[in-house]
Amino acid sequence: MWRSWQAEMIKLAKRPAAWLLLVLAQLLALLFTYLFPYASYAGGTEGPNSDRTLPMLLPDQLVGNSLGGLPVFLGAIVLILGVLAVGGEYGWGTWKTLLTQGPTRLAAYGGKLLALAVATLVIVASLFATGAATSVVIASVESQPVAWPSLVDLATGLGAGWLIATMWAALGALLAIALRGVALPIGLGLVWLLAVQNLLAVIAAPLLDWVAEAQKGLPGPNAGSLAAALGATGDTPGVAAVVGGGQAALVIAGYLVAFVAAGGLLLHRRDIL
Amino acid sequence: MKPPVQIEGLSKRYGGLTAVQDLDLTVRAGEVYGFLGPNGAGKTTTLRMLLGLIRPTSGQVRVFGARPGEPGHLRSVGALIEGPAFYPYLSGRDNLRLLARYAGTGAHRVPVVLDLVDLTDRAGDRYAAYSLGMKQRLGVAAALLKDPRLLILDEPTNGLDPAGMADMRALIRRLGAGGCTVLLSSHLLGEVQQICDRVGVISKGRLVAESSVAELRGTAALRVVAEPVDRAASVARALFGDDRVRVVDGALELAVPPERASAVNAALVDAGVAVSELRLRERDLEDVFLELTSGGLTHVA
Ligand SMILES: Nc1ncnc2c1ncn2[C@@H]1O[C@H](COP(=O)(O)OP(=O)(O)OP(=O)(O)O)[C@@H](O)[C@H]1O
Ligand SMILES: [Mg+2]
Repeated sequence: MWRSWQAEMIKLAKRPAAWLLLVLAQLLALLFTYLFPYASYAGGTEGPNSDRTLPMLLPDQLVGNSLGGLPVFLGAIVLILGVLAVGGEYGWGTWKTLLTQGPTRLAAYGGKLLALAVATLVIVASLFATGAATSVVIASVESQPVAWPSLVDLATGLGAGWLIATMWAALGALLAIALRGVALPIGLGLVWLLAVQNLLAVIAAPLLDWVAEAQKGLPGPNAGSLAAALGATGDTPGVAAVVGGGQAALVIAGYLVAFVAAGGLLLHRRDIL
Repeated sequence: MKPPVQIEGLSKRYGGLTAVQDLDLTVRAGEVYGFLGPNGAGKTTTLRMLLGLIRPTSGQVRVFGARPGEPGHLRSVGALIEGPAFYPYLSGRDNLRLLARYAGTGAHRVPVVLDLVDLTDRAGDRYAAYSLGMKQRLGVAAALLKDPRLLILDEPTNGLDPAGMADMRALIRRLGAGGCTVLLSSHLLGEVQQICDRVGVISKGRLVAESSVAELRGTAALRVVAEPVDRAASVARALFGDDRVRVVDGALELAVPPERASAVNAALVDAGVAVSELRLRERDLEDVFLELTSGGLTHVA
């Protein structure tokens, strides 16, 4: 598994698509978390919360701001990464090439998951770094005090973000294995993350009590609750405290384990065609 | 030592379709074994089961005594199954380096195998930009990475030009001579005839013959053109038995040793048959193959 992990890291690092996703994640986070709100503040647009806008962009809000995107749109990006890392082997027919070199299927799968976990850590950490740099610039331009979250809060936030991102990546990997490819898993994953989840939360849950209850067990709302518990604003799509932070973290960890196990089981049992 | 390949009672069913049925096959150490069969015969399916890529419906495969899934099952096995598959965004060389990592062999084998398949010049190009023949060579190079004791090649000359095919055959012969056991599938008789020590012929998932190339070709047949042919046939049948006499294109073909020629002639003339031609005819492998795989014969040697 160690050797497979090294090989997977090389594949990810040399794959242009992986870098594209990293850059895209930074860009989206930067635009929606900082630049658009700041532009509206600087332009003096009278929004409903305009007096609250600037404080939200300062360094002490770093943890919440960095996690806000993960329940939905940044989650979608790491899901795509998970699909690409696993589904590519189906698309190119490279499973047979790789497996005939010797690693067992589970070792190869384990290597992939470890590499994905490293990738999600890099993505989440770089979200924090970009956010930190941006908020410092905003604070100095606006002559606001620079106060950082405590180290414990930062570490908790980083860990929570990593957990959420890895859970989505594992879902991507599972979809890729289940559907043996790239296109359909990405399509279905995005439909779920971007459309169905939202429809459930915005339309179905307010109407039907049982949907509202069932939501509390789904990965998206739990990711949203965890982000909210750590300071992400409720303005961000998908962020809402439907359950407590601790419970949310446990449920997400449960999903992570379940996705990983289901993917491993399927990969182990099915024929490689 | 355990035989490189041991297959016992192997079957694979896909729903109603039986791709491989009750196959027994052993490849001995050091030989170049040709696995011969028409399209859809079950060659690739068998080789995939050998490598643990697909699970048999029943039966067993062992590679150097180890079953698929056991650790070290593929430690000294190199394989190219049904066409090459690599990462398109990496160069040929980087693809091999990557696979060397999976295999746990050092990267030092990479230039060696690139050289063996004559791809060193273009090793820096992206795989996506390779021609079909170059991809195939890279596939063989990857199979050689581990310096394997058993090499499994599924139609290795696919997509190669005549010179490339000749090179590939020479390479396989060289590897065989160097002590590497080779299991090679093909539907090209000429190829197998040139490089293999033994052949197994598979048709519709069953092994229909297994022997050396010489044995498979069989003893030469005696071809007799005689008039009337019915009369000649019944005389010959009385002499040698039904299964040794066939009527092909209006002539008799007798599966008898050449030294019986004069006896055959005498018997026919005695029976009042006019013999106009009597000669030895080497059956070429093509005939044998078509005969075996079209279900004309069902014996297993
Ligand atoms: N995944 C699959 N699902 C269903 N049927 C399959 C599958 N793979 C192979 N088959 C069937 O099994 C049979 C044997 O196929 P196989 O690929 O082993 O043939 P082959 O001898 O390698 O032929 P070729 O010379 O064309 O490569 C064929 O009838 C094929 O259609
Ligand atoms: Mg085939």
